[in-house]
Amino acid sequence: MGAEKQYIDLFAQSEELINVHSAPLLNEQRSEAMRHFAKMGFPDKKSERYRYTDVEQLFAPDYGLNLKQLDVDANPYEAFKCDVPNMSTALYFIVNDSFYETNKVSAELPEGVLVGGLKDIAEKHPEILKKYYAQLADVSKDPVTAFNTAFAQDGFCIYVPKGVVLDKAIQLVSILRSTIDLIVNRRILIILEENAQARLLVCDHTTGTAQFLSTQVVEVFAADNAKLELYEIEETSRTNTRISNMYIHQAQNSSVHVNGMTLTNGTTRNTVDVQLVGRGAEVSLAGIAIEDTNQHVDNHTYINHKTTDCTSRELYKYVLNDFSTGAFTGRVVVSPGAQRTLSQQTNNNLCLSKNAKMYAQPQLEIYADDVKCGHGATTGQLDEAALFYMQQRGISQKEARMLLMFAFVNEVIDTISMEELKERLHYLIEKRFRGELNKCGSCSNCKLE
Amino acid sequence: MLKIKDLHATINGKEILKGINLEVKPGEIHAIMGPNGSGKSTLSNVLVGHPAYVVTKGSVSFKEKDLFAFSPEDRSKEGIFLSFQYPVEIPGVSMVNFMRSAINEHRKYNGLEPLSASAFLKLMREKRSIVDLDVKLANRSVNEGFSGGEKKRNEIFQMAMLQPTLSILDETDSGLDIDALRVVAEGVNKLKSPTNSTIVITHYQRLLDYIKPDVVHVLYNGRIVKTAGPELALELEERGYDWIKAELGE
Repeated sequence: MGAEKQYIDLFAQSEELINVHSAPLLNEQRSEAMRHFAKMGFPDKKSERYRYTDVEQLFAPDYGLNLKQLDVDANPYEAFKCDVPNMSTALYFIVNDSFYETNKVSAELPEGVLVGGLKDIAEKHPEILKKYYAQLADVSKDPVTAFNTAFAQDGFCIYVPKGVVLDKAIQLVSILRSTIDLIVNRRILIILEENAQARLLVCDHTTGTAQFLSTQVVEVFAADNAKLELYEIEETSRTNTRISNMYIHQAQNSSVHVNGMTLTNGTTRNTVDVQLVGRGAEVSLAGIAIEDTNQHVDNHTYINHKTTDCTSRELYKYVLNDFSTGAFTGRVVVSPGAQRTLSQQTNNNLCLSKNAKMYAQPQLEIYADDVKCGHGATTGQLDEAALFYMQQRGISQKEARMLLMFAFVNEVIDTISMEELKERLHYLIEKRFRGELNKCGSCSNCKLE
Repeated sequence: MLKIKDLHATINGKEILKGINLEVKPGEIHAIMGPNGSGKSTLSNVLVGHPAYVVTKGSVSFKEKDLFAFSPEDRSKEGIFLSFQYPVEIPGVSMVNFMRSAINEHRKYNGLEPLSASAFLKLMREKRSIVDLDVKLANRSVNEGFSGGEKKRNEIFQMAMLQPTLSILDETDSGLDIDALRVVAEGVNKLKSPTNSTIVITHYQRLLDYIKPDVVHVLYNGRIVKTAGPELALELEERGYDWIKAELGE
């Protein structure tokens, strides 16, 4: 044990300070979380769950924490307009790990709906949130979740009561901005009651040259017949580290679609843990990772079919160049008695250079007999015959490669239901493949760089 | 237009072409026939610059320029088109995007502005009719799920779009039923002009009933061993290739 000691000490010294700048609901969970964290320590490479991402190593550098939740000198509205053109979203900002309070009312929301800073909503509506907060994210099982639960002071919350459908998609822009290297701990809580529906788009950006390590814990509760679409786009920097643990709990006939796209990053680990507990629940997980230099993306998914008639689908695609590494673990458990389960997992990867590495690990554990489960993982190169065919028609090799890479990831983009977001992603991904990274073209930050 | 002199080429170190000499003039149609493994497809692949083939000797000039100085894509833009024996399926790349990229790269090479979306779609419509290519196919991914006949029609459609000066049809008749063969051949004939030339590579006479060659060559063991008028194709159809081998003393 090495890196964790400073955080255990820091917590002991600063618990009061952390609590003052957060809400009681969050504070109640801290000491228990820290106790588990101290017991487990950061996972090293021997840990099965984190075998492809050395978390201990990632926490080793000296980072600061903004425990006083001091305002960062930034007006994200002025600085950042990475919204999706033509898409009318309800727009919110998180700067580092604090919700950005603003007078701007970004959208009229239906009655009873709560959208905003987690700290604020936890203070005002503890009676609603206490049934949910930290109830899925088990601090005894995952050290990063324990770490996040101990330190997280704020974040984002969506609560949609029974029967309410949010027509407008919610967009959360998360901006990492600091003059010193920083650890940020963000928490997202999404609660959809029976028959509620919402769509959320989260995008991560960094500005400036400071290094960030961000931990994120997302908890999603989808009650009977609830429907959620959750899109995450990471466009951070080569020195950014992101560890995200998402927990999803689905009741009867609920439907959840999660699509995580890593366009630019340093080191990223995304865990998605789905519990299908109600009959007929349906989950679809999708992801894209586009990597070069020495970027690293590790998507770790765990879907537990706990009852009958549930469906799960997974589609993850990686494009790896230079010395980058990718990992995909897809663990699907069909519990005893979970009959008529449908489960399909697909992971396709392109290695564009000899030094790029992909680790693909499908894991199916089936304890029921009337099920239909499949998985397929492929790792290969661009189709040489297709490249030559296109060149023979006058298309340059560079352009032909672009078309093929684009076609490859497009299958994932096609799972998106929002047309405007699809178009935006086409634009961003094309820029990414052309090497014009981190420039969204629509905000002053990107234009300045 | 095309002058091939003493062309030698290898694949994986094995010599396949052993001194080809051939001249194609503007407006001419040449048929290249020959038994399996004689080097017909190698010749077409070498002309379009397939990376698996290595030219070890000889020269090819196209419109008085050294062909080998051009990349495969520039050979296309210089006006060489290959109708592939086995057109490649490219899932996820739509025919429209594929053709638009190709057309605009050709235009850029010739100093022209890219076509507007409407002008491009109009061109697609116009050229599609030449080979009766179904609009549904034009909206799909390149060759994906196309039948053998549809793939060959698609090749000729692309040829119509790109208007090459030299078209090489590599076994365009293989896998075609008689109706599809007629449609494809008629398409080729509609595109014929006094300034462009065609090389038809085929096993059989039947395609040559529709596309009338001016010159017929027999390729055997990496060399052109016989050149004559269209009557040679009929003779080969009747007598096979053995008599040629016998003439060569094999």
